[in-house]
Amino acid sequence: MAKVPVQFTLNGSEKAEFIESGTTLLNALRDKIGDTSPKGGCHQGTCGACSVIIDGELKLSCLTLAETCGGADIKTTAGLAEGGVLHPLQRAFLDAFATQCGFCTPGMIMAAKVLLDRTPNPSREEVVEALSGNICRCTGYEPIIQAVLTAARASSQNAA
Amino acid sequence: MSLALRSFSTVKDANAALQAAGTRYLGGGTLVVRAANEGDVSVSSLVRVTDPGLSRIAVSGGDVRLGASVTMAAILRHPELTALAPAARAVGGPAIRNMATVGGNLFAPAPYGDFAVALLALDATVITEDSEMPIETFLAGRDTSRAIVTAVGFSLPKAESFRFLKVSRVKPKGVSVLSIAALLERTVDGTVTAARIALGCMADRPMRATAAEKALLGCKLTRQEIAPALAAAGEGIAPITDPIASAWYRAEVLPVHLGRLLLS
Repeated sequence: MAKVPVQFTLNGSEKAEFIESGTTLLNALRDKIGDTSPKGGCHQGTCGACSVIIDGELKLSCLTLAETCGGADIKTTAGLAEGGVLHPLQRAFLDAFATQCGFCTPGMIMAAKVLLDRTPNPSREEVVEALSGNICRCTGYEPIIQAVLTAARASSQNAA
Repeated sequence: MSLALRSFSTVKDANAALQAAGTRYLGGGTLVVRAANEGDVSVSSLVRVTDPGLSRIAVSGGDVRLGASVTMAAILRHPELTALAPAARAVGGPAIRNMATVGGNLFAPAPYGDFAVALLALDATVITEDSEMPIETFLAGRDTSRAIVTAVGFSLPKAESFRFLKVSRVKPKGVSVLSIAALLERTVDGTVTAARIALGCMADRPMRATAAEKALLGCKLTRQEIAPALAAAGEGIAPITDPIASAWYRAEVLPVHLGRLLLS
């Protein structure tokens, strides 16, 4: 199978790779580029563990072909911490014990980030809706919802 | 076996490429990449169209035209399409709604395809490069269709005349037990003068409840007067059985939920 070039911005840095045609963005990120923060859960669009932000929109990297992302701006959980300082969402997830096995966490955090970028002070219902495409089999969701609400409060206090 | 993706700037060129065996059209990826991930070896090659016109939403004089690549999220964001918001929101979670397209939903097998149920109730026209056909004709022949859908067109319903309901076990996002869309025209005193009711999960693709539609004519939407329509709702259905619900269960609860939708 012929390889095709693909070039995009990942967490602020330019990436260029030759990939096999038909490779999913999830596999390109994990196996070619080495960003293993998006997780491969169901590969069916059901679990949300592979969620990434492409040009400001939450998408599932397991159902996105890498070739369709030419020139895109892609963000993953691996790019959230700045200079060793965790993003407020990451901090809140740790503090609220919103991770247990941790497999769903990167997808949850991406879904929450898109929400907070657009709605800095979301209601609980808005958080539940924003996370509705992400499955967690450990926490029962409540610590995750609380973590997102806590991160929103922390961000708005910092901004004030 | 890996997939080969070919991108075309025009629908015409992509249509020509789509005629090759093993080739499928790539829209948002939520159906075809999912199938490939699941090991569907019948898909060896994908084609897509990069023409931005396919993502256009046009609303003028009560007529709506949705490009086939318009996503559920784009419909939800559009200020003039609020009547369709419940149906667009019924599709997947936020990430899926950013990817899933109007065109793809027309091909989604039950229990998916909730937006197509709404389009069926709205009597949409399905548009390809060189034909336009009623959605019922399109749905009946979709398994063998080889022409790329470019858009759907329909008359924008008044918010009060269009109703949509999706029943799922998991809230807010879950796979359909069933979905129902109803377009009702009523006189000032509330008498139904025209009805189109579409059902999801009651066959392998969206279908109309024509017996219930007929039984509703001349009725007011009261528990007593809609009873014959509810009794007729199951005529001609062949519900799917899947891990969400059995065919028996779906058939049993259909009149209950149709009643709730009509009385809401």
